[in-house]
Amino acid sequence: MKSGVGVELEHLWIRFGDFVAVRDASVKVEEGEFFSFLGPSGCGKTTILRTVSGFQEPSEGRVRIGGRDMAGIGPNKRPTALIFQNLALFPLMKVWENIGFSLEVRRVPRAERRRRAEELLELIALPGQGDKLVDELSGGQKQRVAVARALAAEPQVLLLDEPLSALDLKLRQHMRTELRAIQQRVGLTFIYITHDQGEALTMSDHVAVMREGVIEQVGDGKQIYDDPATAFVASFVGENNAFAGTVKAIENGHAVVATAVGDLPARIATAARGALKPGDSAMVFIRPENFAIAEKGAGGDNRLAATIANEEFEGQSYHVFLEGEGGTSIKMSLTNKGQARTASAVGQQVTLAYSPDQAVALPTGAMADQE
Amino acid sequence: MGIAATARRFIATNGLGMALFMVLGVSFWVLVLVVLPQVTMVDFSFRPKLPPADIGGPLDQYTTANYEYFYRGHPGNPEGWNRVDMTVFGRTLIAAVFVTVFNFIFCYPVAYYLAKVATGSWARLLALSLVVPYWINEILRAFAFRIIFGDAGLINTVLKTLGIIDVSIDFIRADVALYAGLGYAYILLMIFPLYSAIESLDKNQIEAARDMGSPWWRIHWRIVMPFAKQGIVSGCTMVFMLSAGALAAPQILGGPSSLWFTQIIYQGFFEYFNWNRGAAYAIILLVSCMAIVLGLTKLVGGKAGEIGR
Repeated sequence: MKSGVGVELEHLWIRFGDFVAVRDASVKVEEGEFFSFLGPSGCGKTTILRTVSGFQEPSEGRVRIGGRDMAGIGPNKRPTALIFQNLALFPLMKVWENIGFSLEVRRVPRAERRRRAEELLELIALPGQGDKLVDELSGGQKQRVAVARALAAEPQVLLLDEPLSALDLKLRQHMRTELRAIQQRVGLTFIYITHDQGEALTMSDHVAVMREGVIEQVGDGKQIYDDPATAFVASFVGENNAFAGTVKAIENGHAVVATAVGDLPARIATAARGALKPGDSAMVFIRPENFAIAEKGAGGDNRLAATIANEEFEGQSYHVFLEGEGGTSIKMSLTNKGQARTASAVGQQVTLAYSPDQAVALPTGAMADQE
Repeated sequence: MGIAATARRFIATNGLGMALFMVLGVSFWVLVLVVLPQVTMVDFSFRPKLPPADIGGPLDQYTTANYEYFYRGHPGNPEGWNRVDMTVFGRTLIAAVFVTVFNFIFCYPVAYYLAKVATGSWARLLALSLVVPYWINEILRAFAFRIIFGDAGLINTVLKTLGIIDVSIDFIRADVALYAGLGYAYILLMIFPLYSAIESLDKNQIEAARDMGSPWWRIHWRIVMPFAKQGIVSGCTMVFMLSAGALAAPQILGGPSSLWFTQIIYQGFFEYFNWNRGAAYAIILLVSCMAIVLGLTKLVGGKAGEIGR
């Protein structure tokens, strides 16, 4: 099996008439890594994938695979294999014929195709299932057959277009682990498209977060989650409480932002260093799990007063919905360690505390739609 | 669930009047319009041609003479076999196969284009332009072909003007006009089954095959055609059956020396007034065509019941 190669997008623009699907996207995917494009539907991530696979020509800019410019090279000539969202397995062919199709195209003899398909069935843990029809397999098995079929072409880059979206939750979580394991076994470059941040964060070495055709941030999962580059990334990836306000002071990489719930100190995101100055409008993002209930009446900058409005119990954690000053709704998540729940305290006023290092200050910008 | 239960439920939901109408309507259609004429034809074909006075008399006995005539000809025919009728019969079937294949080769790309490539108003315009010629009567269309392919017709005039030929080509005598006319007459019956079959193919399958390096012809051979098999079978069946059974186009476009088997049947009925032999010939054509279609359907692995789809 060939090893993976890197993929570079250089100032990629893709337009459909007046509509700009991708705006000046530049990304470097390292060889052999699991790279995800994450974003809401319509953000241009599928268009990028189709451009890498060769089904879409860029309006401007360049795609390089393994350093080679791909302009004018069709999808059947590229070292990529695409796994479609609906898998697009051939329903009239047996499983092994599906897997062997790319070899059939290259006129590999039937016996050799059969042998190769059996090897790949072994790899995806479906040995001896080659003679079944595609529709006799379960959703997860079809999924794996699609991976095997793509691998049979010996691509250097595997492109996956939300292949898990049709599966139920349990299976999806299982397939995440499985896909990651296959990727590490075969050592290919995987480019993965998803709107599911859980998938992106668990599987990927690097994630590019997209909004309206623009790549907002590229980083590993922890960077994306803990140090978002824009208000959109902060609100799209994971849950976040957003407090809009005006920068009051800046000191030591921290900003104090005057908001409806009071002055909130927060660390300035790496990407926003130098971009915020006093008087600017800014947002402070505090994740629900970074709040704690403080002793009542204690003062300090990193505190805010709120009234408990509701509680949802989820098992491993529970979510407390509060109302801050000016009617701001706040969500707090507490890990269930057997402590008393807050449900009995609805209507009670509490003080929330957080560490300013775990809060992020960013310039005001577009936010993700609440789902 | 038995028939009685189904019937009871139908009456409960739609009322007795509706149920009776359905039963009577379907019975009328099946018995009077389908079974009775066929049975009459079969009955006719096994009786001798007799003057009206002898019908029902002692001479009116069942006989296979009409069928024997098809392959033996007149009693005492020196040739020993009915050369004219059997040659025409064979040539008609071969020509119908040819028309069907020609039609498929022409219609498949058009249907594929309509189903998977053309979009929006352009696709609708194309579909309309296929349908519009059929607003004209079949016989008038055949005459139009006669004019186009005639000695001083459009094609000969254009070829002469361009200096490609000096003497008109006799398209009518060469049966080119006939094949073109027959092919054209049933284009829609080929395109629409193909179109509806190809249309439901997931475009991703085509792209997946392309992504795996497949050239276009292999995509059609391995992905699109197997998927559209039922459409292909039903389109080809209709075109073959109707070409073999066509009468107007061969009458108008056939060359002076060519005869279509339906014309012989027609002659049997209306020129020799030998309805019995005409009926026997019609049944020979019907049974042969059905045998060919069922055989081919079996060959490609389809089911006979899928032809209507």
